[in-house]
Amino acid sequence: MLQALADGILTGSIIALGAIGLTLTMGILRFANFAHAELITWGAYMALGVLAITGVFAGPIGPFSFGLPLILATLVAAVLTAALALVVDYLVFRPLRSHTNHMTVVFSSFGVSLLVRMVILLIFGGSAEYYSDELQIAVRLMPGLRVMPDHLFTLGLTLVIVIALHFFLQRTRLGLSMRALAENPDLVRINGIDTRTVVRWTWIIGAALAAVAGVLYGMTVQLRPEIGFQLLLPLFAAAILGGVGNVFGAVVGGLIVGLAESFSVLFIPAGYKMAVPFIILLAVLYVRPSGLFGGMRGGAK
Amino acid sequence: MTTALLQVSDITAGYRPDLPILHGVSVSVSEAEMVTIIGPNGAGKSTLVKAIAGLVPISSGTVSVAGSNVTNLLTHKLATASIAYVPQTANVFTTLTIDENLKLGASTLSKAEGARRIAMAYDNFPVLQKYRSHKAKVLSGGQRQTLAVARALLTEPRLLMLDEPSAGLSPLMVSEVFERLKSLVSTGVAILMVEQNVKAALAISDRTYVLAEGRNRIDGPSSELAGDSQVATIYLGAGGRKR
Ligand SMILES: Nc1ncnc2c1ncn2[C@@H]1O[C@H](COP(=O)(O)OP(=O)(O)OP(=O)(O)O)[C@@H](O)[C@H]1O
Ligand SMILES: [Mg+2]
Repeated sequence: MLQALADGILTGSIIALGAIGLTLTMGILRFANFAHAELITWGAYMALGVLAITGVFAGPIGPFSFGLPLILATLVAAVLTAALALVVDYLVFRPLRSHTNHMTVVFSSFGVSLLVRMVILLIFGGSAEYYSDELQIAVRLMPGLRVMPDHLFTLGLTLVIVIALHFFLQRTRLGLSMRALAENPDLVRINGIDTRTVVRWTWIIGAALAAVAGVLYGMTVQLRPEIGFQLLLPLFAAAILGGVGNVFGAVVGGLIVGLAESFSVLFIPAGYKMAVPFIILLAVLYVRPSGLFGGMRGGAK
Repeated sequence: MTTALLQVSDITAGYRPDLPILHGVSVSVSEAEMVTIIGPNGAGKSTLVKAIAGLVPISSGTVSVAGSNVTNLLTHKLATASIAYVPQTANVFTTLTIDENLKLGASTLSKAEGARRIAMAYDNFPVLQKYRSHKAKVLSGGQRQTLAVARALLTEPRLLMLDEPSAGLSPLMVSEVFERLKSLVSTGVAILMVEQNVKAALAISDRTYVLAEGRNRIDGPSSELAGDSQVATIYLGAGGRKR
């Protein structure tokens, strides 16, 4: 039981990081971006690529499986993932957004997601990869609960990122513009703000968080080209559960989905695990159609 | 009156290229002048101010402010062109606090200057001060209108465009709002406003344009139009002869 709780929180925090970016871009650009999960895969593999190219394997820090090189590789991966998101938005979504209807953009995101996955498969191959083959010793926190130091790191980092993002959204001009943009784009422009800049920053932040989520996933589980595909449903479930556009909601949604998945294997065969987020999603939407905490786009109601 | 502050010349504009809503509309506003636009529902009044603000594409004709061409202006450059605009609907961010609404309005200013002008706005509109950390959705219609106008004035525009500033206000509030606008004009701000409160608008403004079916119908000094029987006919939607 305790172990399922710990596992659920771990998976949940990775889902949360991915879902934050998804909820921000969905809230602001108002379309379901199925390629978002692929940014997670892309970020994870870019970090792997950077590690492979630089070939540095300075020893791990303390009890963790990784060292400075992976941290630097993650930063580079975050930049490369943001670049991918900006390029895709510029080449695919932006022209479609202004000329065609909503569904075209959604379907184009399917296409983008396939393309990204194929590119990764082509470069890195389909077998499972790891950032490091260091063995870690699990720490026993209390009887019946053993966790890897990496897992604790993941939790800590997620917490720090969520708090930092909260302050960013509440206290900075850019954060304020992002929240405003989710409610009423024209009024943001009338206020003298160039919404294209705000949209770009939204992609950058969402993609960087996706890259971090990807690296954390690769570190705590393993790297496979279908990571994104497997996280797709949990991400959407988390974002919609929390209310589209609601960052805090996405975090809680991510935790709920993660916990539900890990507890479900205690009761149902593991093969059905993927259906769990979907069932929760349906159940919550039945009772609260705009998500647990409501969306950020109050004007659209 | 040499060159007008705002000169809209013969513009054609609409939401879709194949469906123009405005068919060659011309309007001008001088420095420190108060101009009203009236006309039946669907006449294109809101479309006109949106086109000036760059929210509706203009396919022919020009808009200029103080002599420089601002046709199809990028909307976020309104403040740079010294224009402020308060839309007819959804003119405040309901999910943000009063303070955040004002901060957004000051986003083209430096932080220090923004803070100074927001403090001034709170002095001028005490009701906003009272609710400053509440979400704007708790405000009444009149209070929202106050917030929207306060926000628009933060950039100290030379031209203020208001789309039905008195909509939904009690008669007492209407005269209060108009008094405030009048005193604003006396400080040198020009106002272009769309109104449905025809009587009050004609009484207070310098000049009035009557729009119908996307075309100029009648215009002139408000005092003269107040007694014009044709205005009443067009306004009531009875059609009126084409001139
Ligand atoms: N967003 C839009 N997309 C397409 N057509 C629109 C849109 N907004 C308005 N129209 C059309 O443009 C025409 C003029 O509308 P507009 O809002 O300018 O009228 P108005 O004079 O402001 O009326 P009211 O007094 O009711 O506010 C109407 O026929 C309307 O159907
Ligand atoms: Mg209107």
